Amino acid sequence: MRTRLWLAATLILALTTPALADRRTEAKEYVDWGITCAQKNLWPQAVLQFVKATEKDPSYAAAWNNLAIGYEQLGRFDDARKAYDKALALDRSNQFIRTNYDQFREIYDRQNRRRDR
Amino acid sequence: MTARIAAGIVSLGLSVGTLACMDFYEVPVDVPIQAKLDVSMFKRVLVAGFLAGGSRAIDPNTETARLLRSQLRTKSDLKVIDADVLSLVDEMDRRATADLPISAAGNEGKIKNSKDMEAYEAIFNDKEFWKKIGEEYQSPLIVTGSVLFTEVSKSGMVSTVAPTAGPDGITTYREVQQFRDQKGFALDQKFVFIDGKTGSLLHSETLHSDTYYPSTQNTPALSAYFELMDKVLPTFLTTLNTQRIRGTRILIK
Repeated sequence: MRTRLWLAATLILALTTPALADRRTEAKEYVDWGITCAQKNLWPQAVLQFVKATEKDPSYAAAWNNLAIGYEQLGRFDDARKAYDKALALDRSNQFIRTNYDQFREIYDRQNRRRDR
Repeated sequence: MTARIAAGIVSLGLSVGTLACMDFYEVPVDVPIQAKLDVSMFKRVLVAGFLAGGSRAIDPNTETARLLRSQLRTKSDLKVIDADVLSLVDEMDRRATADLPISAAGNEGKIKNSKDMEAYEAIFNDKEFWKKIGEEYQSPLIVTGSVLFTEVSKSGMVSTVAPTAGPDGITTYREVQQFRDQKGFALDQKFVFIDGKTGSLLHSETLHSDTYYPSTQNTPALSAYFELMDKVLPTFLTTLNTQRIRGTRILIK
């Protein structure tokens, strides 16, 4: 019985891993292109690529981080916050994401203080 | 305990390893912070004048209007209207009956403190008055408010850095507490933004700032006034203008 269970688990892993890897590979291509756009200061185009990356692979923390930065740059602070939350939920220990998020929060809180006044 | 330490080390090693393997790109960002007030419907701005009170060493009404106009000319897209600065205190006194003036102090120092100021602040809600002014200047954005510039003093312990010569001739510096008399100035500023078309109040913002000097130092009131205005001006300007904050973020793969 136990052997059968192991076999089933191995089979599922063997079938799903390539599919997940394919998704990640495609998502990485979008992220690569998005980074190129961002480096050329083409943020709307970069955001489009990062959105596609997160759609392709919703578990890709880096794509959510980059998308959050893109939204931030476009002044879409609520969307940026949601994207950062998603990135941190996927990879809480990532220091790059945490640093970006801390810097974003300073601006986000300031903007909200202004709205509250 | 040992297992926990080992787990911690492994976890740290893994995260360092992950970061080391991760491709990252530092990019400059220029994040916009929206202005508090949408002034897109206005083409012109009129700094009308202020309720002014406190020290008579300067004329806070004229100085504030002049300073704000010059700042708006260089840091705003709105066309600044050149007009005589209104004396809102006189306007309010004119409205009061001769028997019952708002303030009985005569011309000298009608407004001495914030309580005196409150009696005059009703003018900001007088839609008809502002609408009439707006009609004269083709419905601009009207900037008005109150300025209370007062002399202040305080005594207490102040920390200073004092040099001390050691036996080897080397001078060292240490923090010492000294009792000092200080005098200075305080600025209580209220900026009021009014729609010149309807006369209605759009936004108001109250700010306080003060500065102290040793009582032996003779600082001109005008110089202290500009020092205090320097502190409140950024807040005033960001009410009308979108501000951009520059920084860097890290894109990762």
